[in-house]
Amino acid sequence: MKHTISVLVENQFGVLARISGLFSGRGFNIDSLSVGETEDPTVSRITLVVKGDDMIIEQVIKQLNRLVDVIKVSDLTKDDFIDSELALIKIPCDGKTRSEIMQIVDIYRGRIVDVALRSLTVELSGSEENVRGIMDLLQEFGKLEVVRSGKIAISRDRKNTRGNNHK
Amino acid sequence: MTMMTGAQIFVESLLRENVEYLFGIPGGVVIPVFDALFDSPLKVILTRHEQGATHAADGYARATGKVGVCLVTSGPGACNTVTGLATANMDSIPIVVFTGQVPTPMIGNDAFQESDIVGITRPITKHNFLVRNARDLARIIKEAFYIASTGRPGPVLVDLPKDVAVTETEYVPVSEVTIRGYKPVLDGHVKQIKKAAELINASKKAVIYAGGGVILAGAAKELVQLAHKTRLPVTTSLLGLGGFPADDKLFLGMPGMHGTRFANYALSECDLIVAVGTRFDDRVTGNIKEFAVHAKIIHIDVDPTAISKNVRVDVPIVGDAANILAKLIPLVTRTDNGNWLKQIEDWKAQYPLTYKDSDKEIKPQYVVEQIYEATKGEAIITTEVGQNQMWAAHYYKFKSPRSFLSSGGLGTMGYGLPAAIGAQLGRPDKVVFDIAGDGSIQMNIQELATAVHNRLPINVAILNNHFLGMVRQWQELFHNRRYSSTCLLNNPDFVKIAEAYGAKGMRIRKKKDVRPAIEEAIKTPLPVILDFEVAREENVYPMVPVGAGIHQMIGGLA
Repeated sequence: MKHTISVLVENQFGVLARISGLFSGRGFNIDSLSVGETEDPTVSRITLVVKGDDMIIEQVIKQLNRLVDVIKVSDLTKDDFIDSELALIKIPCDGKTRSEIMQIVDIYRGRIVDVALRSLTVELSGSEENVRGIMDLLQEFGKLEVVRSGKIAISRDRKNTRGNNHK
Repeated sequence: MTMMTGAQIFVESLLRENVEYLFGIPGGVVIPVFDALFDSPLKVILTRHEQGATHAADGYARATGKVGVCLVTSGPGACNTVTGLATANMDSIPIVVFTGQVPTPMIGNDAFQESDIVGITRPITKHNFLVRNARDLARIIKEAFYIASTGRPGPVLVDLPKDVAVTETEYVPVSEVTIRGYKPVLDGHVKQIKKAAELINASKKAVIYAGGGVILAGAAKELVQLAHKTRLPVTTSLLGLGGFPADDKLFLGMPGMHGTRFANYALSECDLIVAVGTRFDDRVTGNIKEFAVHAKIIHIDVDPTAISKNVRVDVPIVGDAANILAKLIPLVTRTDNGNWLKQIEDWKAQYPLTYKDSDKEIKPQYVVEQIYEATKGEAIITTEVGQNQMWAAHYYKFKSPRSFLSSGGLGTMGYGLPAAIGAQLGRPDKVVFDIAGDGSIQMNIQELATAVHNRLPINVAILNNHFLGMVRQWQELFHNRRYSSTCLLNNPDFVKIAEAYGAKGMRIRKKKDVRPAIEEAIKTPLPVILDFEVAREENVYPMVPVGAGIHQMIGGLA
């Protein structure tokens, strides 16, 4: 099962290497990872998506918690959460296909950010399924070039994933 | 306002941590630090290899319970500490290793003697630091000692660039540590402790299985109290040896691959395991599917990651072992396990730990027994790794914590001699023996120079069978006696080596000379190498073949 894990860490060099090293050292793959500063500039939030059974995920969370630079770990999968990712997709097109592509992009609430003679570039944010869905459709028009940000996620309502009550 | 250089802050901070000894070797970028040490009361023990320095610091830490400290240079010096760090990491030993680093503006430029040691050691340290500013140094050193010695202890590395050591800055002593991501849980959950007590009280065939965590937490006294009050038999892992007195009636010896038959049968048949400060290493459990199939498991450990990592646990209790046992003891009662103890006595009588002695040749087990008797079981024993280590574990009856120092998790050959140096410095009141093999002693034999220079009366007992013995044993049993690369026929003359270093060397070929040689070594105020020519193809038994359950042992029957 896929788990979305939110990790609050000290915003300093080497932290990402420690986190990714935990996974690579065990031969686990990280499906997606995104990092950015939070409302507190000394703290960064990492959103990780990993696959694994309960025992593996339990170990992943415990091992993350064990790192000195990790302030708090939350497995968002257990509760309600909102997630989103950003994708930039470049699609080959010509005069005949352009409008058809634009219609699809519109349905998916994407935004055309660049139009060239032989291609269109779309910016799309949303769930992983949303991004996957538009990619499946657009593949009809030729080979796509895709850049994805990796998932970011936040828990719904009042559930606290901030670090003020320690882990 | 006190202005100091980084090197002076380093010295001042170490004095505040009550550091006695620093093990290490100087080099280009740490000259300013060694210069500051020159006038300080800190004693530098110059080893001959940085691996020796880390193992010596580790041996010092295991023997004393304090933090062991190393100081080495950048690049090759730093890289040479890797094995020592990994050893300490696997066995949860508190050491702080300071490595020199090229000046900060040159980091990442492939400067002379540069290595990314923080990157290299990330997976084998509890934590590590690169000091980028002299202002941070006092705080980082304070944090390093705190992290190394609290919670589940472990090695911490501090990388110290040369410019940080020479920069003058305001010195502000740091006395408190607050790290928001590091708050070890020590107390143990009250409800879980109650649940554990209920399970213990209801059990008929329970076993206590204790590990190195008992020694690290200083919980040996509580462990004895718990066992005596409940009448539960106790088995300890290799690193737990000394955590429960080996001469106690309830002691079962070590379990696992080279465990006693009665410990392995007890774990296989029991209805409850009370695991304390241990991590269910594969060398203990054997085939995990067949491990303790009838048992519920209570697991007390300060490190949550150790719990349910290898075996499923019914009652997890996270916290300090001494603390939790002290809370558990008032809740337990004498268990109704008379039949179980009778069964264990029968196993002990039927399958004692034994070997076939001989008058024609020296059996390695006999040598260990004689060391035990000559030192009345009160020595500190370090070991190398392999057959020598297992024979030491079997035939020396460890009575007290911190008397058996051995590389368990990593299995580091070359550990014993430098560890003996650290142990002897930390415990000058103790007789120290390194029980070694002829293969592993050659991995750090240069540290004899360190022992001689510091006039440390350590004793090295080489059980010399001219083989890499444990691998040979596996080749004999599982590879049709094809002794591929395990024969050491061109060993040096260890007596002459000892003499060349200024130590004393003795070669012992006859059984009758074993005890007198040991007695003489103990009396000698210098390092001594005892080269025992032992039976060449003696095996360590009992043995659980790889992949088998621990009840499926071979050999070692009387």
